[in-house]
Amino acid sequence: MIKKFINKPENVVSEAIEGFMVANKDKLIKIENVNGIIRKNLKDKVAIVTGGGSGHEPLFLGFVGEGLADGVAIGNVFAAPTPNTIHEVAKAVDQGKGVLFVYGNYAGDVLNFDMAAELLEFEDIQTKTVKVADDVASAPEERKEDRRGIAGDVFVLKIAGAASEKGWDLEKVANVTQKAADRTYSIGVASSPGSIPGATELPYELGDDEIELGMGIHGEPGMKRTKMMPADQLTDELLNTLVMESKLQAGDEVAVYVNGLGSTTLLELFIINRRVHQVLTEKRIHIYDMDINSYCTTQEMGGFSISLFKLDDELKELYDAPAKAPYYVKNHSIDTKEAKV
Amino acid sequence: MAIRAMNSLTPNQVRDMFLYVGQKVVENKPFLTKIDSAIGDGDHGIGMSVGFTKAEENLKGKEFSNVNDVFKTVGMSMISSMGGASGVIFGTMFVGGVKKLEMKETLDLQLLAEIFEGALEAIKQRGKAEVRDKTMVDALQPAVYALKESVEKNFSLVEGLRKAEEGAHQGVENTKNYVAKFGRAKSLGERSLGHQDAGATTVWIIFKSMREWVEEGLQDD
Repeated sequence: MIKKFINKPENVVSEAIEGFMVANKDKLIKIENVNGIIRKNLKDKVAIVTGGGSGHEPLFLGFVGEGLADGVAIGNVFAAPTPNTIHEVAKAVDQGKGVLFVYGNYAGDVLNFDMAAELLEFEDIQTKTVKVADDVASAPEERKEDRRGIAGDVFVLKIAGAASEKGWDLEKVANVTQKAADRTYSIGVASSPGSIPGATELPYELGDDEIELGMGIHGEPGMKRTKMMPADQLTDELLNTLVMESKLQAGDEVAVYVNGLGSTTLLELFIINRRVHQVLTEKRIHIYDMDINSYCTTQEMGGFSISLFKLDDELKELYDAPAKAPYYVKNHSIDTKEAKV
Repeated sequence: MAIRAMNSLTPNQVRDMFLYVGQKVVENKPFLTKIDSAIGDGDHGIGMSVGFTKAEENLKGKEFSNVNDVFKTVGMSMISSMGGASGVIFGTMFVGGVKKLEMKETLDLQLLAEIFEGALEAIKQRGKAEVRDKTMVDALQPAVYALKESVEKNFSLVEGLRKAEEGAHQGVENTKNYVAKFGRAKSLGERSLGHQDAGATTVWIIFKSMREWVEEGLQDD
């Protein structure tokens, strides 16, 4: 048995949601009977709904809040949420202006969100969908629609939330969110597997001195398995692929996000980020912002991913807009305003 | 008389048949888990057992006046409880065929063929999978063809189900020769060769158990 602090495996998701909710009950509401969470103070705007399997915390539930998602549909560990969960969440957040689904591009998620969209159509709730497919290692460019979604979710959700807060209509919010998804590129590396709570065995093996470049967050095979190497050398190799795939050129402007997969420490991520900064500067790619965190994890998986988000003026403004959710805060000034009152 | 009686099932008999099918699928949880762990993420058996347990909850002790509602109850139980890709796909296997069907009070071989033919179309449309993609379609399609052929040949319900079971089983064997195009096995490419698909295996178990129930029902009479 793999050591995990749980009670019964079958209660992992419901107990985790319970624990999350008691800490965030001032801002969020749990929907009864389904594993869905929504914002308490919904605004009269296009609603943003995200979701996916559990096990990747703080994604997705930690990103429900101002300037981000209005609701989240939560699945079992590494399994997409059910259509009725998504349906209930969408119904609860819809203000008559439509709902935008933003989620990672996995077969299960697509099937369940599509089915929910059909159910909502019967109730005259309009939906649009933007799938995040940022993992450049998961499929070549000519099969871009097959690429999986990883840490780039964060950039795309950020833009969707900010666009909706502007009061734009569903089509406009969807279009700019799709643009953000099209300009988000990520690549990862794994050093050790993450496990399903309650599982007796690890889902795959990596040798003590081995890493796998391009491995997916559920252990999907990557580009190549190789011996462990110094952080700078590894970062160079990953970034070279990433810059090539994204066709970034000198003069382009990017937001950078270095994401830990679970057990890789901030100390290590800082060292990676230092090299990312050096390489991009050498390539004369302008860095607008850098974020180092572990938003998209796979339990105790070791490794990290680098995401580059190619900005333009419109995206920059939306990226800078204030946001506040339990696990993501940006340029948020509401609290200080409240303090003055 | 007994044989003729079992050539068509009442809605409550269809309910009992699916309760038996569910029991068999749940019994096969370890087997399905083992198959899925080889090339998938190992959760297929768990998912199917969640779905059929929910179906049992919603079927048991309930009186049904038409066949459509029994299929719908099984399918919606799966869709609402399982999640992942198989929740929608196996849910559609039961819901997809009765969606546009007028209310039927008996299930005979012809209607069964019609329902699963509709289901196959709905699944292909939703999942975008075709035969040779190493999915449950590889078992469902030959089963549906066998049902249709059996109708043309005026076979009994049991004979038709046996043909469907055989078709599904051949389909499962065929999946060993295919490279996965969907799900997590897809990224394994050639490495998925030699392994049978878990979803196809479940389809075979479903038809096999339907045949067993109808056959045993005959003997009971």
